[in-house]
Amino acid sequence: MSGKPRLTYLNGRGRMEPIRWLLAAAGVEFEEVYLETKEQYDKLIKDGFLLFQQVPLVEIDGMKMVQTRAIMSYIAGKYNLYGKDLKERALIDMYVEGMFDLNELLMTHGYQPAEKKEEHYANMIDKTENRYFPVFEKVLKDHGKDFLVGNQLSRADVQLLEIILMAEEWKPNVLAKFPLLQSFKARISNIPTIKKFLQPGSQRKPLIREEDVPKVIKIFY
Amino acid sequence: MSGKPKLYYFDGRGKMESIRWLLAAAGVEFEEEFLETREQYEKLLQGGSLMFQQVPMVEIDGMKMVQTRAILSYIAAKYNLYGKDLKERALIDMYVGGTDDLMGFILMFPFLSAEDKEKQRAFIVQKATSRYFPVYEKVLKDHGQDFLVGNNFSWADVHLLEAILMVEEKKSDVLSGFPQLQAFKARISSIPTIKKFLEPGSQRKPVPDDKYVETVRRVLRMYYDIKAN
Repeated sequence: MSGKPRLTYLNGRGRMEPIRWLLAAAGVEFEEVYLETKEQYDKLIKDGFLLFQQVPLVEIDGMKMVQTRAIMSYIAGKYNLYGKDLKERALIDMYVEGMFDLNELLMTHGYQPAEKKEEHYANMIDKTENRYFPVFEKVLKDHGKDFLVGNQLSRADVQLLEIILMAEEWKPNVLAKFPLLQSFKARISNIPTIKKFLQPGSQRKPLIREEDVPKVIKIFY
Repeated sequence: MSGKPKLYYFDGRGKMESIRWLLAAAGVEFEEEFLETREQYEKLLQGGSLMFQQVPMVEIDGMKMVQTRAILSYIAAKYNLYGKDLKERALIDMYVGGTDDLMGFILMFPFLSAEDKEKQRAFIVQKATSRYFPVYEKVLKDHGQDFLVGNNFSWADVHLLEAILMVEEKKSDVLSGFPQLQAFKARISSIPTIKKFLEPGSQRKPVPDDKYVETVRRVLRMYYDIKAN
């Protein structure tokens, strides 16, 4: 037993990726167990590992944690990435909940059936460029500081960088109208723990490939 | 300016209802502004009050808060309904995540076609009785305490009571296999602030009807079909 957090999920991004980002940003080493078959998944459920029969699962500090938000709040709280008081926390939570909504769109695009892809893409990019990115551009513009909240690195900064990179995978010039997000991206990418996570060989996962989608669906359905 | 939190939403449950429950449970009086027209909504948008162009929005402590989870977490922490340390908080967050998922299946219910409603009702009951209720039944059985976490009243208890009552509206005897949850329901319902909220005349909203659906669609210009799970 290594004492390191242990993540159980698919060998892919999905709902576990923001958790990987946050642990990496906090400089926390973690282990991973990959679900490859339905039998493995059913066994986890049978053995009582999954509180609501779902992954992500993160074994950390003696707990079998499920529910992405619960896991991320715990990690952020533990590693001082959640602001210094209740009001900073409120701001972080607002920003991060918006990012979760956007992440849902970006993350599910790869799983859309062919006939829905175009509409999904249009909606996804529209929301990115007109609903979410303008908010964070304005936050940075208004206070002129390096980080989104309280002049120090928080989970909001980590999650925003993740979202920016995901959006760029679908539309490379998506930051064209957002100069402050461009400099934010450069700045946060340079933080040593994050820089390391962005290098090849890290535990960051690639975009799901179309040919892998049926295999994923078979594990859960 | 009264100093009371002010809630901006439709005159109905939706995503704001959990916030009403939590404020009421904490004994906090609040005001409400109901969205009835598109113009009202556009005025809020133009005024920059809605960070992501969405409601719920709650004015509280000088902030215009949006995002239901952010608002609930803030209220829970402010009124000591979030456990005593990080680990209790983690448990509360996990439990609330479950009841949130369960209530999410009910959220879309009024927007479904009659045929889809029957399918969804069965889906809700199946998930409640096979995935969610057994978890909370076991938690209460294992520690034998009155409250879900830390032997203290918390957000998790309020959220679970809300979920139980909502599922019961879909199937009145749904708790029949869950004796711990039956006792829990009676116990939490008797807490004075909650008892008051459950009485007629409180700010608790009724089961959504067609008028509610019509209002939401009109104000948000949300005319597309919503599918069942």
